[in-house]
Amino acid sequence: MSAFSVGFQTLLYKETLRFWKVATQTIAAPVLTAMLYLLIFGHVLEGRVNMLSGVSYTAFLIPGLVMMSVLQNAFANSSSSLIQSKITGNLVFILLPPLSHWEIISAYVLASVVRGIAVGLGVFCVTVWFTDMSFVAPVWIIVFALLGAAILGTMGLIAGIWAEKFDQLAAFQNFLIMPATFLSGVFYSIKSLPPFWQAVSHFNPFFYMIDGFRHGFFGKSDISPWTSLAIVSVFFAVLAAIAIHLLKRGYNLRH
Amino acid sequence: MTAIQINSVEKSYKSLKALGGVSLAIEEGEFFGLLGPNGAGKTTLISTIAGLIRPDAGSVKIHGHDVITDFRAARGKLGVVPQELVFDPFFTVRETLRLQSGYFGLKNNDKWIDQVMGELDLTNKADVNMRALSGGMKRRVLVAQALVHKPPVIVLDEPTAGVDVELRQTLWKFISRLNREGHTVVLTTHYLEEAQAMCQRVAMLKAGRVVALDTMSALIRRISGSQLIVHLAGSTLPNDLRHLVSHGEHDEGNSAGNKYALRVNDYAEVEPILARLRASGAVIDEMQLQQADLEDIFLQIMEKGTV
Repeated sequence: MSAFSVGFQTLLYKETLRFWKVATQTIAAPVLTAMLYLLIFGHVLEGRVNMLSGVSYTAFLIPGLVMMSVLQNAFANSSSSLIQSKITGNLVFILLPPLSHWEIISAYVLASVVRGIAVGLGVFCVTVWFTDMSFVAPVWIIVFALLGAAILGTMGLIAGIWAEKFDQLAAFQNFLIMPATFLSGVFYSIKSLPPFWQAVSHFNPFFYMIDGFRHGFFGKSDISPWTSLAIVSVFFAVLAAIAIHLLKRGYNLRH
Repeated sequence: MTAIQINSVEKSYKSLKALGGVSLAIEEGEFFGLLGPNGAGKTTLISTIAGLIRPDAGSVKIHGHDVITDFRAARGKLGVVPQELVFDPFFTVRETLRLQSGYFGLKNNDKWIDQVMGELDLTNKADVNMRALSGGMKRRVLVAQALVHKPPVIVLDEPTAGVDVELRQTLWKFISRLNREGHTVVLTTHYLEEAQAMCQRVAMLKAGRVVALDTMSALIRRISGSQLIVHLAGSTLPNDLRHLVSHGEHDEGNSAGNKYALRVNDYAEVEPILARLRASGAVIDEMQLQQADLEDIFLQIMEKGTV
């Protein structure tokens, strides 16, 4: 087998093993957080709001919470791994071997996808018992979950490369990722917003990920899943190009 | 064959010129020393060789492979022990070495990993988490990580900084054997006696420039002669010999008499000095002819800035 695939496999294994060794923090904790969201918001709003016709609020909320967990944890995986390695200096173990830019980006992003999906599955498994769920188009569920995790894994990689200290990464997470996730329709349908904020929401790529993902459960969404797929795919391609460019240049990695 | 070819490498950080046009050729199988005071550019040069730093100008080739344009081939031939004591706190020693081996494209490398751990006395720590190791043990793992892919070129950046005598001996025994087996070794160290004992050839860097480059024996011959150390009982050195006094530890008197270190270029100069001492009535209590060592040379070069 070529050095390319062994190097890639090893880095993927390392990045996966890294979060698995602290699974309480990386998997169990976000699952618990999502369940608390469901318990509180579901209890308060069930029967009071109608986001999607014929769909209870709890059922509406579950795909949103699953996708939010997928996205946030995919981002956390690549970004925290990179920034920790940079600050502690052990990134040198990745920079010294003959790993290509493609191997590095693929391994980090794929490991992020694994963690994002693992947490998403965990959230789904503990929340699905609270209501009756339908699975109208499972392919859309899988496609948007994978693409969403890959996008946030790539964003985490970019943030990890860019940031030089934990504070900068926290700013990226708290002022960009968190608001974009919360304002993307996790807890509501954008149709319930005033026209201005509806229009603003269309500039948030996270909205398309969650809307397309939710379409897979109910066969209903704010916009066509094909439109969402196109926008999300372009967004992924742009982010991947940025990440590859940064790695090729050695930006903030090779001085 | 040239193991490392460095051509006119320059690197600046804002106004600081870290490397000012360094050129070196290190031949295959050499044990080469890279010496210089703090801030001379040794680590910058090693980082450039390793591809961790991109030079502003010039090029570096490992076994003919450019470290930037042909980085995969170049890095595959290089094992680097970094100066900083870095480690990944998530993994055990064995996991760390298996991962490092995999990054270099080697699967199922346990036989060699076990051998390296054995050579560096790490076997009984194989399943211990990196966080639980002492500084010396972490340093051993760093060395093992650099060797997991049996690189033909091994670069050690201050490998014995802050480690005990036992590790030094273990490490040098192992590295010497690898060198005898054909591996090229490049060493930076602040312990000049180590460099003198191990290296066949040395380059001395000062302010990002090579100020001396020669074999160890030629450097010692060229830069400085020997020292005649005389301990005079109850008398002082005649005035006409005082210009020969070396600056160093032996130019001060002590309670038992006066001890002087006199520069001599060859053995023929010894007898006239002794004759002059006898003529002045001085009684030599103790006498020793000492070959100049690397430390003397290093200090002279760093004082003058060039050879």
